Amino acid sequence: MTARTVEFSIYRFDPDRDEKPYMQSISIELDGTERKLLDALVKLKDKDDSLSFRRSCREGVCGSDAMNINGKNGLACLTDMKDLQSPVVLRPLPGLPVVRDLIVDMTQFFKQYHSIKPYLINNEHPPERERLQSPEDREELNGLYECILCACCSTSCPSFWWNPDKFVGPAGLLAAYRFIADTRDQATSERLDNLEDPYRLFRCHTIMNCVDVCPKGLNPTRAIGKIKDMMVRRAV
Amino acid sequence: MSVPVRKFDAVIVGAGGAGLRAAIQLSEAGLRTAVISKVFPTRSHTVAAQGGVAASLGNSEEDHWHWHMYDTVKGSDWLGDQDAIEFMCRKANEVVIELEHYGMPFDRLDSGKIYQRPFGGHMSNFGEKPVRRSCAAADRTGHAMLHAMYQRNVKANTQFFIEWMALDLIRDEEGDVVGVTAMEMETGEVFVFHAKAVLFATGGAGRIYYSSTNAFINTGDGVGMAARAGIPLEDMEFWQFHPTGVAGAGVLITEGVRGEGGILRNASGERFMERYAPNAKDLASRDVVSRAMVTEINEGRGCGPNKDHVMLDITHLDPATIMKRLPGIREIGIQFAGVDAIKEPLPVVPTCHYQMGGIPTNYNGEVVVPKDGNPSVPVKGFYAAGECACASVHGANRLGTNSLLDLLVFGKSSGESMVEFIKSQPAAHKPLPANAADFSLSRINRLDNQKDGAAVGATRLAMQRTMQAHCGVFRFKDMLAEGVSKILDIEQQVATTEIKDKSKVFNTARLEALELDNLIEVAKATIVSANARTESRGAHVRDDATDTPERPDGRDDVNWLKHTLWHREGNRLDYKPVNMKPLTVDTIALKKRAY
Repeated sequence: MTARTVEFSIYRFDPDRDEKPYMQSISIELDGTERKLLDALVKLKDKDDSLSFRRSCREGVCGSDAMNINGKNGLACLTDMKDLQSPVVLRPLPGLPVVRDLIVDMTQFFKQYHSIKPYLINNEHPPERERLQSPEDREELNGLYECILCACCSTSCPSFWWNPDKFVGPAGLLAAYRFIADTRDQATSERLDNLEDPYRLFRCHTIMNCVDVCPKGLNPTRAIGKIKDMMVRRAV
Repeated sequence: MSVPVRKFDAVIVGAGGAGLRAAIQLSEAGLRTAVISKVFPTRSHTVAAQGGVAASLGNSEEDHWHWHMYDTVKGSDWLGDQDAIEFMCRKANEVVIELEHYGMPFDRLDSGKIYQRPFGGHMSNFGEKPVRRSCAAADRTGHAMLHAMYQRNVKANTQFFIEWMALDLIRDEEGDVVGVTAMEMETGEVFVFHAKAVLFATGGAGRIYYSSTNAFINTGDGVGMAARAGIPLEDMEFWQFHPTGVAGAGVLITEGVRGEGGILRNASGERFMERYAPNAKDLASRDVVSRAMVTEINEGRGCGPNKDHVMLDITHLDPATIMKRLPGIREIGIQFAGVDAIKEPLPVVPTCHYQMGGIPTNYNGEVVVPKDGNPSVPVKGFYAAGECACASVHGANRLGTNSLLDLLVFGKSSGESMVEFIKSQPAAHKPLPANAADFSLSRINRLDNQKDGAAVGATRLAMQRTMQAHCGVFRFKDMLAEGVSKILDIEQQVATTEIKDKSKVFNTARLEALELDNLIEVAKATIVSANARTESRGAHVRDDATDTPERPDGRDDVNWLKHTLWHREGNRLDYKPVNMKPLTVDTIALKKRAY
C-alpha cells in the first residue's frame, strides 16, 4: 500500500458561523488502507472535527452517506478512492436545503415517500399462518424492495428539482410500484388514483438519471413505466 | 436551568427492530408514543442483518419450538435463562407470521410458504442434524424486516423524533423512571421527554472493539445511560465474534453463506471445521467456529501474505443459487474484498459482532435490578429490548438468527407490558425531579468549555485497540488484568475529551464525544466482568480455564453458573443465579457442549 496525498474540495456551510457557503480546499495524506471515500472522510474529520456528514453502516445498506461526488450522486461508503479524480469535489445532494456542510434536510424527500402510503394494505382478516405467495409472484418484488432511501435518485432528477412538492420522485414511485406489484396488497386502484395527476407520476420524463446513480443498481424508471402502463390500460 | 418539556405516555429510545416493534404495539393501542432515534429509522443497524430470523415454522421439514429451545440453551452454554428462552422460542412463529402480514417480502418455497434455510447451531430433534429454521429474504433479511416495520409504523401514525440523541435517563427519588433528556441534533437544543414508561431499544456497542461488523452508530447509548443512572449491567463479558467478517474491512458476511453450502478453508485448502465439529462442521455455533479459525491462524495455517485470515468458499455452488439467495454477499465481496465470490473464495476473519449482555430484564421486557435480597425486582417505568437488553436468552453465546427473533419477541412483549403498565397508572404523570436536565446540561457544558483535553478520535481508538488486544476471541489472564488498568486510564481521558467544533447546528463532533461517554461504560463493564470470570464459557474463553475432566472445556458450573452484574459505582461486581426452570417443560440439563 502506497501513501499519497489527495486533494479535496468540499462544500462547507455552518449557518451558526458562516454567512454563506464556500468550497474548502483541503488535502490529506492517505496511507492506502482507505479503500472507500468514507474512510478518507473519517480521516479528514479527525483533522477537522467540524466537517459534517452523515454515516452509519459503512456497507451501503443504511443509506446515510449519500452525497454529490465529483458531480454525481453516490454513497461515500461504496465509492472507491482509486476511481476518483483529484481534486475530489464533494457537495451535498442537489435540490434539497442544506442543514450544514454535506448534510441536507430530507423532509421533502420523505414526505413524498410517505405520500404513496408505503405499507401493505390488505383489509382481509389475516390468516392464522403466512399469506401464501408463489416464488414467481415474490420475484416481482426484486429490484423494488431493496431501496435504501438514500435519495441519490430523487436528488439527481430535474423533475424533482423543479417540483419537489408535487412530483413524487423516483424513490417514492419505486416504493409505490413495490406495493402495487405485491400480490398480497389489495389497494392497486387506490394507489393508481393517488398518482393520477399531472405532476405526481407524469412529471417523469424518463431522463433516467435515477437509474444511472442508484447505488443499489435499481431501476426506478422501469417501475415508473409499469405504473404508467397500468394507468393507460385502466383508462381504455 | 429550565429546558423545554415534552409529555408522552411512552418514550422509546431507538428505532431499530426492537424499538419499531414495540412502537407498533404502543401506537396501535392508541397511546401517545414518541420514538427518539439518532438516525432515520431505516438507517438503524438492524438493516444490516442478513441471514434470517429463526422460527420453527417447519415449512421445509419437521421442526418444533422445543428443539429450537434446546439449541438456544445449548448455544448459550447454559447461561441463558430457560424461562425467557422458552418464551422466545414459543413466540417465534407468531411474531414471524405477524411480520409477514405487515408486508415483509420473505423469499418463498414452491408451496408459497416462507423460505427457510439452515443456520449455525440450529438442529432437529435435540441436536441431531442441521434443520432449516431461518426465515429469510435473500441475504437482506434485516433490511426487509426493518423497512416493513417502519412502514407499519407509518400506517400506525407513530410519532418519530428523528436525528435526536437521548442523553440521560431520568429517575425520581423513588428510583422510578420518568423520562429521558434528549438533544435535537439540528439545533443542539436539549429537551426533557416526560413519560410514564421508557423503553431502551438502543442496540449494541460493537464499536468498543477496533474490528467490528457494527455501524458507526452502535455506541451502546442505552447501556451507557442505564449505567450512569445506577442500573447494573448483566453478563457484559460475553461478546460474539462473528466468524466471517471481511478481512481488513470488518463488513459482515452472513452465516447464511454456510447455510447455503459455503465451506471454510485454511491455507492448504482443508475444510478444517471437520476437525473441530465433526457433526455440524461449518454450521457449528459461532463461538466454536471463530475459535477454530483463530486456532488455524495462530498455528500458521492462515491464508494470504500475512497468514492472517481464512477463506470462505462458495465457488462450488451454482452461480444461479448465489444470485438468488446471496446477491448482497456477492456485492459485498466485490466492494470490500475485491473478490467475486462466484469465482474466488472470500477472505474472512472473526470480527466483533454482538453484545450478549446488557441491561438486565425479564421476558416481559421489564428492567430488573437486585433489591432487598431479591436479584430481580422491576424498576418501575423502565423497559429494555433487543441487543441493549439481557433477558437473558443468548447467555454466553448467541445463535445466528436469534437476534432478529429476540428483537421481535421482546420488542412486542415489552410493548405489551408498557401498554398494561401505562393503563394501570393514574392519568397524571409522576412529577419530574427538580432540575431533571441538569446532569445532561453539565455534560454538554463541560464539552463546550473543555481546554487542553483529549481528542475524541484518538481516545476512542485507544479504547478500541485495548479491547481488541486484551479482551478478544481468546482471553489471557495477564492481558485481562492489564487491560482493566488500561481501560480505567482511558476513562480518565474520556472525562476530558475536547472538541474544536462548538457550533450548535448538527454538531457531529459533539455527538461523537457524547457517544464515547457511553462506549467507555460498556468497555469498562466488559473488561472488568471478563477479568473476574475465571472460567471458560461460550464466547468467553481464557487461557487459565482449560479443558479438564472435572471442567470440560474449562466450564465451571460449580462456581460460575451465574450471571454477572457490573455496577458502575466502584466497578463493583455481584452475581445472580441463572434461571434453569422453563415455563412449562422440563429443565434442559447441563451437558458438555459438542457440535
